[in-house]
Amino acid sequence: MKSMRTRLLLILLLTTGAVWLSAAAWIYWSTQARVEQVLDARLREAARMVDSLITDHRIEIATAAGAIEGLEVETMTDEPYSHQLSCQIWSLAGTLVGRSEAAPRERLASNDDGFSQTTIKGETWRVYTVLNSDRGVQVMVGDNLQVRQSLVNDVMTGTLLPMTVVLPIAGLLTWLSVQRGMRPLDRMAGLLGQRHAADLRPVDLPDAPGELRPALDAINGLFGRVAGAREREKSFTAFAAHELKTPLAGLKTQAQIALASDDPEIRRHALEQIAGGVDRSSRLVRQLLDLAAVDANEERETISPADPGAIVRDSVQSVESLAARRGVTIDLEGAHARTVSCDRALATTALRNIVENAVLHSPAGGRVRIVIASSSQESRFEVIDAGPGMSDDDLAHARERFWRGASRDGVGSGLGLAIVDTIMRRVGGHLTLANEKRGGFRATLHFQKG
Amino acid sequence: MRILIVEDDPILLDGLTVGLKLAGFSPDAVSTCADADAALRASDYEAVVLDIMLPDGSGIDLLAQRRRERDTTPILLLTARDRVGERIAGLDAGADDYLGKPFDLDELAARLRAIQRRSSGRACATLSWQDVVLDPAMLSVTRDDKPVSLTRREFTILRLLLERPGAVIARTTLEETIYGWQEGVESNAVEVHIHNLRAKLGAGVIQTVRGIGYRVGAEQP
Repeated sequence: MKSMRTRLLLILLLTTGAVWLSAAAWIYWSTQARVEQVLDARLREAARMVDSLITDHRIEIATAAGAIEGLEVETMTDEPYSHQLSCQIWSLAGTLVGRSEAAPRERLASNDDGFSQTTIKGETWRVYTVLNSDRGVQVMVGDNLQVRQSLVNDVMTGTLLPMTVVLPIAGLLTWLSVQRGMRPLDRMAGLLGQRHAADLRPVDLPDAPGELRPALDAINGLFGRVAGAREREKSFTAFAAHELKTPLAGLKTQAQIALASDDPEIRRHALEQIAGGVDRSSRLVRQLLDLAAVDANEERETISPADPGAIVRDSVQSVESLAARRGVTIDLEGAHARTVSCDRALATTALRNIVENAVLHSPAGGRVRIVIASSSQESRFEVIDAGPGMSDDDLAHARERFWRGASRDGVGSGLGLAIVDTIMRRVGGHLTLANEKRGGFRATLHFQKG
Repeated sequence: MRILIVEDDPILLDGLTVGLKLAGFSPDAVSTCADADAALRASDYEAVVLDIMLPDGSGIDLLAQRRRERDTTPILLLTARDRVGERIAGLDAGADDYLGKPFDLDELAARLRAIQRRSSGRACATLSWQDVVLDPAMLSVTRDDKPVSLTRREFTILRLLLERPGAVIARTTLEETIYGWQEGVESNAVEVHIHNLRAKLGAGVIQTVRGIGYRVGAEQP
């Protein structure tokens, strides 16, 4: 069922209907029982009256049955049902001694005494029999069940008719209440419907009922998150553009110098600057792509046991030429854990960025150590360089995208550690950064044990 | 023309320094707001090329600070943030011009000459005194329509003197202008250049004001 309104209306109408029906059934059965009780009492009374008339010899047996006709039976309605009572007087020998006018000729009851029910010519009779052994007769007073039924029916009609008339009114009121009750929901839907796609302000519904609050809060929370993501995306794009434009400006300026100058020394210097600038720009572009890839694969990383040796080998390989150019050596220490739990491609990207940072910040001729260690809970890649390390302020912000320290040396894009941090959180590990006590810097990748 | 370049990207800073030197400027180069502030307080520059995103702050803030302190040095903002709103914010903060990255080196040089010209109250692109004409853009000098070949430093000295004919320019000012801080100054360097200029332009153009400096033309009333 799609519509909450229809659903609510249907539930309300069905339950109201069910309550109504059970009330009607209850009234029906209780009325019937009550009528039966009253009429049975009358039957017994009438039978005993006739019996006493016979016993006292106040009346002839043959005519005694007729006495019933004058008997007024009070019932719950104004209709006099008394004349419907029938009376038979049978001798113990089995002959019909006398009967009232309405009584059939057939014997009304087969038992000696008390209540019984007999069907004669398709009509059911309720009979009370009194045995008068003194006079050797049986007095039977009965009434037709059809009459009783019509009495019950009359009572039922009287009760149910007003209830039936009220039912549609109750339905209409239910419908109006549902309409009114759903109004806050309609208003919220209206507010959301009118909205421009780019409008991510929270929905303002000051008089929203408590039931709607959680939904409203959830929607507003979602709006907030989407707006935040969009803002980050926008500032990311702006930052990326800025970060690319500056090296491009450098390249263009150096190229113009190389073109304009006749001095071979100046030209050589400019061309060297261009070569270095292209290296830096390509690193920046690669990191932007890495970051885009990490961001895009938010739900699809495949964490599985991977060989740490292969990760180190791949990472070091891609940094080797840079290290050679800067005269930095990379040493590998420590025993391999058998496996680490990660996505191999992402882990390689993370380690490569860390090693690259270490190489770039190492003094010429310096040494970068990669230490593989493991404990019972985790496997670690530690990358230690002999560079200047980071200030406390830089340590606090180093994982932010495009953060470059105040002592900017022009080698970093401000993206490397942001990429590593994002990857590590994605694969369920984490990154720690610390200055070494005796100078240098240590970056550690912590992976869960595979 | 002595200028200050404030840019944190080392390759671009190197390019600007070398490129603007080739275009006839005498650039000093710094890469942080703090260094730029110190340089602006220590020396007089005819123009400043200022990047906005610097490691220790925003170039706009530095610019606004200098303007609050009544520093009228012409400043050209050079930045990758070059959307209209950002340009307006930069110009309203007191910048004289705005150039987005990447840019053309020749255009930057032309704009620097233009803001320097405006700040010294000139409309004409060339400087002249009698029949001596100096074209800062072409780095050329003519006397009596005949070209005179000058070295970069001779050219710079002559440009500074022709800027305000008749006014005396101190020897130390000339020294500061032709040598940035990066270069050492020989004690008699300015005298040597003046001597060479007189030889090339002929006597009567540059006069010595003993103990103070030099001027072009006669003393003004």
